Amino acid sequence: MKTGNRRFLLVFLLIALAVAGVLSHYASGDPDGLTKVAEDKGFAAQEKEHALADSPLSDYAVEGVENERLSGGLAGVIGVGLTALAGGGLFWAVRRRGGRTPADAPAGR
Amino acid sequence: MPDGFFDAPVSVGAGVAAAAGIAVSLRGAHRELDDRTAPLAGLSAAFIFAAQMINFPVAAGTSGHLMGGALAAILVGPYAGVLCISVVLLVQMLFADGGVTAYGINVTLMALTGVLVGYGVFRLVMRLWPPGAPRRAGLGAASFLGALASVPASALVFVALFAIGGTADLPLGAVLGAMLGVHVLIGIGEGVITALTVGAVAAVRPDLVYGLRGQAAPLQIRTPETAEA
Repeated sequence: MKTGNRRFLLVFLLIALAVAGVLSHYASGDPDGLTKVAEDKGFAAQEKEHALADSPLSDYAVEGVENERLSGGLAGVIGVGLTALAGGGLFWAVRRRGGRTPADAPAGR
Repeated sequence: MPDGFFDAPVSVGAGVAAAAGIAVSLRGAHRELDDRTAPLAGLSAAFIFAAQMINFPVAAGTSGHLMGGALAAILVGPYAGVLCISVVLLVQMLFADGGVTAYGINVTLMALTGVLVGYGVFRLVMRLWPPGAPRRAGLGAASFLGALASVPASALVFVALFAIGGTADLPLGAVLGAMLGVHVLIGIGEGVITALTVGAVAAVRPDLVYGLRGQAAPLQIRTPETAEA
Protein backbone atom coordinates (compact mmCIF):
# COMPACT_ATOMS: atom_id res chain seq x y z
CA MET A 1 0.00 0.00 0.00
CA LYS A 2 1.19 3.43 -0.87
CA THR A 3 1.83 5.76 1.98
CA GLY A 4 0.42 9.26 1.68
CA ASN A 5 2.75 12.22 1.64
CA ARG A 6 1.81 13.67 5.02
CA ARG A 7 1.82 10.35 6.75
CA PHE A 8 5.17 9.43 5.22
CA LEU A 9 6.77 12.76 6.19
CA LEU A 10 5.36 12.55 9.71
CA VAL A 11 6.77 9.04 10.22
CA PHE A 12 10.14 10.14 8.83
CA LEU A 13 10.21 13.11 11.23
CA LEU A 14 9.22 10.92 14.18
CA ILE A 15 12.03 8.48 13.38
CA ALA A 16 14.55 11.35 13.25
CA LEU A 17 13.26 12.68 16.58
CA ALA A 18 13.47 9.22 18.16
CA VAL A 19 17.02 8.70 16.92
CA ALA A 20 18.20 12.10 18.18
CA GLY A 21 16.05 12.17 21.31
CA VAL A 22 16.33 8.59 22.58
CA LEU A 23 18.79 6.43 20.64
CA SER A 24 21.55 9.04 20.90
CA HIS A 25 21.90 8.25 24.60
CA TYR A 26 23.24 4.83 23.65
CA ALA A 27 25.81 6.12 21.15
CA SER A 28 29.44 5.13 21.65
CA GLY A 29 31.42 7.59 23.71
CA ASP A 30 34.71 6.58 22.15
CA PRO A 31 36.55 9.15 20.03
CA ASP A 32 35.57 9.06 16.35
CA GLY A 33 37.95 8.08 13.57
CA LEU A 34 39.44 11.52 13.02
CA THR A 35 39.77 12.30 16.73
CA LYS A 36 41.46 8.94 17.33
CA VAL A 37 43.95 9.45 14.51
CA ALA A 38 44.61 12.99 15.76
CA GLU A 39 45.34 11.61 19.22
CA ASP A 40 47.50 8.75 17.97
CA LYS A 41 49.47 10.80 15.46
CA GLY A 42 49.87 13.79 17.71
CA PHE A 43 47.87 16.60 16.16
CA ALA A 44 44.94 16.56 18.58
CA ALA A 45 46.61 19.36 20.54
CA GLN A 46 46.13 21.64 17.55
CA GLU A 47 42.40 21.68 18.18
CA LYS A 48 41.13 25.07 19.23
CA GLU A 49 38.24 25.62 21.59
CA HIS A 50 35.01 26.09 19.68
CA ALA A 51 33.95 29.69 19.15
CA LEU A 52 30.48 28.72 20.36
CA ALA A 53 31.71 26.61 23.29
CA ASP A 54 29.53 28.76 25.56
CA SER A 55 26.42 27.99 23.51
CA PRO A 56 23.50 26.83 25.69
CA LEU A 57 23.46 23.70 23.51
CA SER A 58 27.21 23.07 23.68
CA ASP A 59 28.25 19.41 23.38
CA TYR A 60 24.69 18.24 22.73
CA ALA A 61 23.43 19.10 26.20
CA VAL A 62 20.90 21.74 27.18
CA GLU A 63 22.28 24.19 29.70
CA GLY A 64 20.46 24.01 33.02
CA VAL A 65 19.00 20.54 32.50
CA GLU A 66 20.78 18.36 35.05
CA ASN A 67 19.55 14.93 34.02
CA GLU A 68 22.04 13.73 31.43
CA ARG A 69 19.63 11.59 29.45
CA LEU A 70 17.00 14.34 29.35
CA SER A 71 19.51 17.04 28.52
CA GLY A 72 21.06 15.09 25.65
CA GLY A 73 17.72 13.94 24.31
CA LEU A 74 16.31 17.45 24.42
CA ALA A 75 19.38 18.79 22.61
CA GLY A 76 18.90 16.17 19.91
CA VAL A 77 15.21 17.02 19.51
CA ILE A 78 16.04 20.74 19.29
CA GLY A 79 18.72 20.00 16.69
CA VAL A 80 16.35 17.91 14.56
CA GLY A 81 13.72 20.64 14.81
CA LEU A 82 16.17 23.39 13.84
CA THR A 83 17.56 21.34 10.95
CA ALA A 84 14.08 20.50 9.68
CA LEU A 85 13.07 24.17 9.82
CA ALA A 86 16.27 25.48 8.23
CA GLY A 87 16.43 22.73 5.60
CA GLY A 88 12.68 22.72 4.95
CA GLY A 89 12.63 26.50 4.55
CA LEU A 90 15.64 26.50 2.25
CA PHE A 91 14.37 23.66 0.05
CA TRP A 92 10.86 25.08 -0.12
CA ALA A 93 12.36 28.38 -1.29
CA VAL A 94 14.60 26.86 -4.00
CA ARG A 95 12.14 24.23 -5.26
CA ARG A 96 10.76 24.20 -8.78
CA ARG A 97 7.31 25.80 -8.69
CA GLY A 98 4.21 24.34 -10.17
CA GLY A 99 4.60 20.75 -9.07
CA ARG A 100 5.70 17.84 -11.20
CA THR A 101 7.82 16.84 -14.08
CA PRO A 102 6.06 14.63 -16.65
CA ALA A 103 8.36 11.77 -15.68
CA ASP A 104 7.29 11.52 -12.08
CA ALA A 105 3.75 12.82 -12.39
CA PRO A 106 2.04 9.41 -12.55
CA ALA A 107 3.47 8.33 -9.23
CA GLY A 108 2.49 11.56 -7.50
CA ARG A 109 0.47 12.29 -4.40
CA MET B 1 36.11 18.55 12.46
CA PRO B 2 37.17 21.21 14.96
CA ASP B 3 39.01 24.46 14.34
CA GLY B 4 42.79 24.51 14.49
CA PHE B 5 43.83 21.64 12.24
CA PHE B 6 44.43 23.79 9.15
CA ASP B 7 46.24 27.04 8.43
CA ALA B 8 44.46 30.14 7.16
CA PRO B 9 45.18 29.71 3.41
CA VAL B 10 43.73 26.19 3.30
CA SER B 11 40.75 27.22 5.46
CA VAL B 12 40.04 30.18 3.19
CA GLY B 13 40.61 28.14 0.03
CA ALA B 14 38.25 25.44 1.22
CA GLY B 15 35.80 28.17 2.19
CA VAL B 16 35.84 29.49 -1.37
CA ALA B 17 35.38 25.97 -2.76
CA ALA B 18 32.49 25.40 -0.33
CA ALA B 19 30.83 28.70 -1.27
CA ALA B 20 31.12 27.86 -4.98
CA GLY B 21 29.78 24.36 -4.40
CA ILE B 22 26.83 25.68 -2.40
CA ALA B 23 26.07 28.33 -5.04
CA VAL B 24 26.07 25.72 -7.82
CA SER B 25 23.96 23.43 -5.64
CA LEU B 26 21.35 26.13 -5.01
CA ARG B 27 20.79 26.31 -8.78
CA GLY B 28 20.91 22.55 -9.22
CA ALA B 29 18.54 21.87 -6.35
CA HIS B 30 15.96 24.06 -8.07
CA ARG B 31 15.77 21.45 -10.83
CA GLU B 32 15.79 18.50 -8.44
CA LEU B 33 13.12 19.57 -5.99
CA ASP B 34 9.43 20.19 -6.41
CA ASP B 35 6.41 20.54 -4.11
CA ARG B 36 6.53 16.84 -3.29
CA THR B 37 10.25 16.33 -2.76
CA ALA B 38 11.24 19.61 -1.06
CA PRO B 39 9.75 18.55 2.31
CA LEU B 40 11.56 15.20 2.03
CA ALA B 41 14.83 17.08 1.50
CA GLY B 42 14.27 19.13 4.66
CA LEU B 43 13.50 16.01 6.66
CA SER B 44 16.45 14.16 5.15
CA ALA B 45 18.69 16.89 6.57
CA ALA B 46 16.98 16.51 9.95
CA PHE B 47 17.39 12.73 9.81
CA ILE B 48 21.09 13.08 8.97
CA PHE B 49 21.54 15.48 11.89
CA ALA B 50 20.00 12.81 14.12
CA ALA B 51 22.02 9.96 12.62
CA GLN B 52 25.28 11.89 13.02
CA MET B 53 24.68 11.81 16.79
CA ILE B 54 24.89 8.03 16.76
CA ASN B 55 28.51 7.02 17.10
CA PHE B 56 28.93 3.30 16.50
CA PRO B 57 32.00 1.33 17.58
CA VAL B 58 34.34 0.37 14.72
CA ALA B 59 37.47 -0.82 16.50
CA ALA B 60 38.90 -0.91 20.01
CA GLY B 61 38.40 2.53 21.49
CA THR B 62 37.29 4.09 18.20
CA SER B 63 33.88 5.03 16.90
CA GLY B 64 32.40 6.47 13.74
CA HIS B 65 29.20 8.10 12.68
CA LEU B 66 27.28 8.69 9.49
CA MET B 67 28.45 11.53 7.24
CA GLY B 68 25.33 11.33 5.09
CA GLY B 69 26.46 12.76 1.75
CA ALA B 70 25.68 9.61 -0.22
CA LEU B 71 22.40 9.09 1.63
CA ALA B 72 21.20 12.63 0.99
CA ALA B 73 22.20 12.54 -2.68
CA ILE B 74 20.47 9.20 -3.35
CA LEU B 75 17.28 10.31 -1.59
CA VAL B 76 16.90 13.88 -2.88
CA GLY B 77 19.56 14.43 -5.56
CA PRO B 78 23.23 15.40 -5.51
CA TYR B 79 22.71 19.19 -5.49
CA ALA B 80 20.06 19.08 -2.79
CA GLY B 81 22.30 16.55 -1.03
CA VAL B 82 25.16 19.04 -0.83
CA LEU B 83 22.76 21.56 0.68
CA CYS B 84 21.43 18.98 3.18
CA ILE B 85 24.89 18.32 4.60
CA SER B 86 25.79 22.03 4.56
CA VAL B 87 22.66 22.82 6.61
CA VAL B 88 23.44 20.01 9.07
CA LEU B 89 27.00 21.32 9.52
CA LEU B 90 25.65 24.83 10.12
CA VAL B 91 23.18 23.69 12.79
CA GLN B 92 25.89 21.60 14.47
CA MET B 93 27.82 24.79 15.19
CA LEU B 94 25.15 25.74 17.74
CA PHE B 95 26.15 22.55 19.54
CA ALA B 96 29.82 23.57 19.45
CA ASP B 97 30.41 20.66 17.09
CA GLY B 98 32.40 21.25 13.91
CA GLY B 99 34.58 24.32 13.76
CA VAL B 100 33.59 27.77 12.55
CA THR B 101 36.69 28.55 10.49
CA ALA B 102 36.68 24.84 9.57
CA TYR B 103 33.18 25.13 8.05
CA GLY B 104 34.54 25.40 4.52
CA ILE B 105 36.75 22.36 5.04
CA ASN B 106 33.88 20.38 6.56
CA VAL B 107 31.61 21.27 3.62
CA THR B 108 34.40 20.35 1.19
CA LEU B 109 35.01 16.98 2.87
CA MET B 110 31.56 15.85 3.89
CA ALA B 111 29.19 17.63 1.49
CA LEU B 112 31.18 18.05 -1.74
CA THR B 113 33.47 15.00 -1.58
CA GLY B 114 30.87 12.85 0.14
CA VAL B 115 28.21 13.60 -2.46
CA LEU B 116 30.48 13.51 -5.51
CA VAL B 117 32.06 10.16 -4.67
CA GLY B 118 29.02 8.66 -2.95
CA TYR B 119 26.56 9.53 -5.69
CA GLY B 120 29.09 8.85 -8.46
CA VAL B 121 29.73 5.30 -7.27
CA PHE B 122 26.00 4.82 -6.67
CA ARG B 123 25.20 5.76 -10.29
CA LEU B 124 28.00 3.57 -11.60
CA VAL B 125 26.77 0.50 -9.73
CA MET B 126 23.17 1.18 -10.81
CA ARG B 127 24.31 1.35 -14.43
CA LEU B 128 26.39 -1.83 -14.18
CA TRP B 129 23.68 -3.79 -12.36
CA PRO B 130 22.43 -6.54 -14.69
CA PRO B 131 18.98 -5.69 -16.08
CA GLY B 132 17.66 -9.11 -15.15
CA ALA B 133 18.83 -9.02 -11.54
CA PRO B 134 16.47 -7.88 -8.78
CA ARG B 135 16.10 -4.07 -8.80
CA ARG B 136 15.79 -3.86 -5.05
CA ALA B 137 19.10 -5.64 -4.53
CA GLY B 138 20.67 -3.30 -7.08
CA LEU B 139 19.46 -0.26 -5.19
CA GLY B 140 20.80 -1.71 -1.94
CA ALA B 141 24.18 -2.65 -3.42
CA ALA B 142 24.59 0.71 -5.12
CA SER B 143 23.64 2.60 -1.95
CA PHE B 144 25.99 0.51 0.19
CA LEU B 145 28.97 0.81 -2.15
CA GLY B 146 28.47 4.52 -2.84
CA ALA B 147 28.26 5.32 0.85
CA LEU B 148 31.18 3.00 1.67
CA ALA B 149 33.42 4.66 -0.93
CA SER B 150 32.51 8.20 0.15
CA VAL B 151 34.04 7.91 3.64
CA PRO B 152 37.65 6.92 2.81
CA ALA B 153 37.42 9.39 -0.11
CA SER B 154 36.72 12.19 2.36
CA ALA B 155 39.55 10.93 4.58
CA LEU B 156 41.85 11.03 1.54
CA VAL B 157 40.92 14.66 0.80
CA PHE B 158 41.49 15.47 4.47
CA VAL B 159 45.03 14.14 4.29
CA ALA B 160 45.65 15.95 0.99
CA LEU B 161 44.55 19.24 2.57
CA PHE B 162 46.63 18.43 5.64
CA ALA B 163 49.66 17.96 3.39
CA ILE B 164 49.07 21.44 1.96
CA GLY B 165 48.25 23.34 5.11
CA GLY B 166 48.01 21.18 8.22
CA THR B 167 49.08 22.86 11.46
CA ALA B 168 51.33 19.99 12.51
CA ASP B 169 54.37 18.57 10.76
CA LEU B 170 53.65 14.88 10.57
CA PRO B 171 54.71 11.85 8.55
CA LEU B 172 51.94 12.00 5.98
CA GLY B 173 52.19 8.37 4.97
CA ALA B 174 51.40 7.24 8.50
CA VAL B 175 48.54 9.70 8.81
CA LEU B 176 47.15 8.57 5.44
CA GLY B 177 47.34 4.91 6.41
CA ALA B 178 45.66 5.48 9.76
CA MET B 179 42.96 7.71 8.27
CA LEU B 180 42.14 5.33 5.42
CA GLY B 181 42.15 2.25 7.65
CA VAL B 182 39.72 3.55 10.21
CA HIS B 183 37.53 5.28 7.62
CA VAL B 184 37.08 2.13 5.55
CA LEU B 185 35.63 0.57 8.72
CA ILE B 186 33.43 3.61 9.33
CA GLY B 187 32.47 3.45 5.65
CA ILE B 188 31.01 -0.02 6.19
CA GLY B 189 28.72 1.46 8.84
CA GLU B 190 27.93 4.35 6.52
CA GLY B 191 27.05 1.85 3.79
CA VAL B 192 24.79 -0.24 6.03
CA ILE B 193 22.89 2.79 7.39
CA THR B 194 22.56 4.29 3.90
CA ALA B 195 21.35 1.08 2.26
CA LEU B 196 18.84 0.43 5.06
CA THR B 197 17.48 3.98 4.98
CA VAL B 198 17.24 4.17 1.18
CA GLY B 199 15.66 0.71 1.15
CA ALA B 200 13.07 1.72 3.74
CA VAL B 201 12.07 4.87 1.84
CA ALA B 202 12.04 3.00 -1.48
CA ALA B 203 9.79 0.32 0.02
CA VAL B 204 7.02 2.78 0.88
CA ARG B 205 7.61 5.71 -1.50
CA PRO B 206 9.81 4.70 -4.45
CA ASP B 207 8.47 7.69 -6.37
CA LEU B 208 10.27 10.03 -3.95
CA VAL B 209 13.72 8.44 -4.26
CA TYR B 210 15.84 10.58 -6.58
CA GLY B 211 18.28 7.75 -7.28
CA LEU B 212 15.46 5.71 -8.83
CA ARG B 213 14.43 8.37 -11.33
CA GLY B 214 14.83 7.48 -14.95
CA GLN B 215 15.01 3.75 -14.25
CA ALA B 216 13.82 1.58 -17.13
CA ALA B 217 11.93 -0.58 -14.67
CA PRO B 218 11.33 1.62 -11.67
CA LEU B 219 10.87 0.00 -8.33
CA GLN B 220 7.20 0.78 -7.98
CA ILE B 221 4.43 -0.52 -5.86
CA ARG B 222 1.31 -0.97 -7.95
CA THR B 223 -1.98 0.14 -6.49
CA PRO B 224 -5.20 1.11 -8.25
CA GLU B 225 -4.23 4.71 -7.62
CA THR B 226 -0.93 4.52 -9.50
CA ALA B 227 -2.20 2.13 -12.15
CA GLU B 228 -4.88 4.45 -13.46
CA ALA B 229 -2.59 7.46 -13.78
